[in-house]
Amino acid sequence: MTHPNMLEIRDLHVYFRGYEGVSRVLDGISLNVGRGERVGLAGETGCGKTVTMKTVMGVLKIPPAMVPHGEVILDGQNVLEMSAKQLLQIKGTRISMIFQDPMNALNPVFMVGEQLYDVIRFAQGDSGTGRKRFGTEIHDRAIAALEEVRLPDPERILRSYPLELSGGMRQRVLIAMALVNGPSFLIADEPQTALDVTIGAQILDLLSELVRTKGISVLLITHNLGVIQETTERVYVMYAGQIAETTPTPVLFKNPKHPYSQGLLASVPRLTGGEIAEGIRGTVPDYTVAPSGCRFHPRCDYVMSICSQRKPPSFPVEPDHYVGCWLYGKEGGSK
Amino acid sequence: MEADESALPLEGSKITITSWMAFKDKIGRGWYRFRRNPISLAGGSMVLLVILLAILAPYVTPYPRHAGAFTDFSSTFQAPSGSHWFGTDEVGRDVFTRVIFGYRVSLMMAVVVLGLSVPFGVFLGLVAGYFSGRIETVIMRTTDIFLALPPLVMALAICSAFTPTIEKAMLAVASIWWTWHCRLIAGITRSIKTEEFVQASQAIGSSHARILFKDILPNCASALMVKITLDAGFVILVGAGLSFLGLGVQPPKPGLGTMISYGAQHLPMKWWLTVFPSLAIFFLILGFNLLGDGLRDMLDVEAEGI
Amino acid sequence: MKFTYFFTRRLFHSILVLVGLSILIFIIARILPGDPARLALGPFASKENVAHLRHEMGMDKPLHLQYVAYIKGIFHGDLGLSFQTRRSVSLDIAHYLPATIELVMASIVWVLVIGVPFGVLAGRYKDSWLDNLSRVVAFIGVAVPPFVVGLMGQLIFSYGLGILPTTGRLSLLMPPPPTRTGFLIVDSLIAGNFTALGDAFVHILLPSFAIAMTGIGQIARLTRGSVSDVLGKDYIEAARAFGIPDRYVTFKYMLKPSFIAPLTILGLTFASELGNAFLVETVFGWPGMAKYGIRAILRKDFNAIMGIVLIIGLAFVVVNFIVDVLAGYVDPRIRIREEE
Repeated sequence: MTHPNMLEIRDLHVYFRGYEGVSRVLDGISLNVGRGERVGLAGETGCGKTVTMKTVMGVLKIPPAMVPHGEVILDGQNVLEMSAKQLLQIKGTRISMIFQDPMNALNPVFMVGEQLYDVIRFAQGDSGTGRKRFGTEIHDRAIAALEEVRLPDPERILRSYPLELSGGMRQRVLIAMALVNGPSFLIADEPQTALDVTIGAQILDLLSELVRTKGISVLLITHNLGVIQETTERVYVMYAGQIAETTPTPVLFKNPKHPYSQGLLASVPRLTGGEIAEGIRGTVPDYTVAPSGCRFHPRCDYVMSICSQRKPPSFPVEPDHYVGCWLYGKEGGSK
Repeated sequence: MEADESALPLEGSKITITSWMAFKDKIGRGWYRFRRNPISLAGGSMVLLVILLAILAPYVTPYPRHAGAFTDFSSTFQAPSGSHWFGTDEVGRDVFTRVIFGYRVSLMMAVVVLGLSVPFGVFLGLVAGYFSGRIETVIMRTTDIFLALPPLVMALAICSAFTPTIEKAMLAVASIWWTWHCRLIAGITRSIKTEEFVQASQAIGSSHARILFKDILPNCASALMVKITLDAGFVILVGAGLSFLGLGVQPPKPGLGTMISYGAQHLPMKWWLTVFPSLAIFFLILGFNLLGDGLRDMLDVEAEGI
Repeated sequence: MKFTYFFTRRLFHSILVLVGLSILIFIIARILPGDPARLALGPFASKENVAHLRHEMGMDKPLHLQYVAYIKGIFHGDLGLSFQTRRSVSLDIAHYLPATIELVMASIVWVLVIGVPFGVLAGRYKDSWLDNLSRVVAFIGVAVPPFVVGLMGQLIFSYGLGILPTTGRLSLLMPPPPTRTGFLIVDSLIAGNFTALGDAFVHILLPSFAIAMTGIGQIARLTRGSVSDVLGKDYIEAARAFGIPDRYVTFKYMLKPSFIAPLTILGLTFASELGNAFLVETVFGWPGMAKYGIRAILRKDFNAIMGIVLIIGLAFVVVNFIVDVLAGYVDPRIRIREEE
């Protein structure tokens, strides 16, 4: 079964019911990740990146979350319609993930080996009730997985508790866990932010190399444009639960179209000098009373009357470049 | 709430208070939340009601003379009725009146015990947390020793050295109660003494006393308020226990624990002698606990040992 | 290796607490009240008699020597003579202690069997009716004095419904099983006497519950908080994301870290239950140490008081030591933090 795209998100809406009312966190986003493609999802903290990720992973808690509309097609199957059993079968083996904070993503009271063994064991269809099957085989695979992420002395690592390892080592362990069962799709949620800059860079390099050699499709979620530039081929810019712009990564940095992308790039300080970075005025909106139409309109310098009335569709400006902004639509003028 | 970081604004982030004024401000904001929380409101009202009844006991009770060594053998063991809401006891005294007067003793116990032990424990806690090293070790090991016995047993042991009166019981409980506050405050002090505003204060040459009482103590105030409220209930519980065992309030004074202990001899026929004082104790302690729980939410306290 | 270090440190700490406690109790029982010999003999005893007793009790020596003598005695199992029973305090305690330990153990069972699962469910299904119920139970548990729970239990189950006995460890006409351990439940099991076993069981239900009430509420709330805390952790989500089945995640990856917090306060729960036993034994006429202790206190039987307090302190220290070591065993964070 080969579906052209590894992941297709179509018009996904995710709402949360809370004390303050209904938060419309995702307001119809669409997103594709091709086979073997490395795609970035960029946006500020709180724009809905993590919710997108959780929806794809099928770990969104419903309720308080609800998905009034939309599809998440992973390798030809709709994740939202999968049974718990089906979801379990694809996790780890077809789809896996790298977590943001390696300090918290490993269980502190179990040895690394025990956690890694379980990950390997269940992928082989072990129900967990019987005695441990393939004892040495599991051990060998665990060692191989740790060697692959260049951890020295893997035997010792297996017998260590997470808190005996450094942050970088823990993230390597987590990468080993994510990749050990050979997934074809990987979600990475800011895998470098919780680490020192140099360690984070090493982790990213390692990750890029591994996914390239294994041909794994990647959705990399981050607020760090530098990371997007270095590690992805295509990028989605997200603002407040809407996709603002999608384009091949280099194009975004040369020729951003959406006013939000422009503002975002302008706010990145450059080492080459030049004018002082400017921010975008205003703040990310409250999702219970999100702005109507294009959610960016209250902060936009080019706002038009239509912006607050209707949500803009994705307008193509070039073959691979789509912008969710009325400036590029038929109704709107050009900039 | 889980899911997205966006779903909640920056709530729950720990804010360090740098002065007493900031603490007052925190109380103000907390009061707003408090008023909307039915549980803490209920707790507060229960406590307030009991305090008012206790203060006004001679005026609000139907038979204030029954609070002492009064006898009326014509009306012993009367079941609850319109004229005696909670019935009468073995010498004809009105149980309702005695319960309200019993509240006086209970509240007095809480006030005296906490009034003595809190300042002492807080001071030692500040010192232990702020000056590490030998002072800290000595103080903390001492609290360990006091905590090696259940409060009630420790109080019993201390009481045993004296003739049993309620005043001695209060002193006995106070002499062990400081350990809890000491440990609480020491823990908070230890964690905030490394914060920048404390170091800044040290850098500009503030005295230790100033740092302890002007910089660190305000940061303990919220936790302390919650602790004291919850403790009031707990002290009353221990006091009732001591009285129940005959080491607290001595008859004919009305103590809730004492009344229950005497009433228990007449179970099950004269049930009102036990049931009403029991309910009264439950009501007061529950009030303090609900109030303390509400305060904890209101002031956003998460310290260990509460 | 690491664990040995942790273990020794804890052991040393426990011994230190015990020594401190013995000094404290020595001060309370021997120094505060004034002249124990005079107190023991009463105000009308002759001076010679008092002096004689003082000598006999070693109280004419300096205080620190008295303390040393007392500690030496303890190591020989000698806690002095009880004034009220005219027997060795050690014998009295050996006679009364098992009943109390059995009672407190039964109440710990209540806490573990009701409090912990209740807390786990309340934390797993937060804000459900079960969660709210656990909150109510916790509030009631903390606010009702144990002796009131006992009395109300008697009123309802013994006097009202007539299904549980009011007092004692066994029915009056029930011949007790031969004493082996002093724990009636264990003894009747050894003897294979199931009638006695059932009778002992029925007798221990109410008093142990009365003692456990506070602990049930506290442990349930603590477990609940711990579980809901752990459920929000990344590592639970990570385990699920890596394809480990939900049920397995819950039972292995969630429960173990969740149990650490309740485990660490189990020592305190045990202590407060020992304290509660003093109240509840009185209500139920339970022939245990608490009752003996209260009598000792009311009659100023200082050797007995010191003995009881030391035994309770010892029990507390031992239980806490076990709990600490267990927690250190379960949670590597505890023992590694200790080394730093």
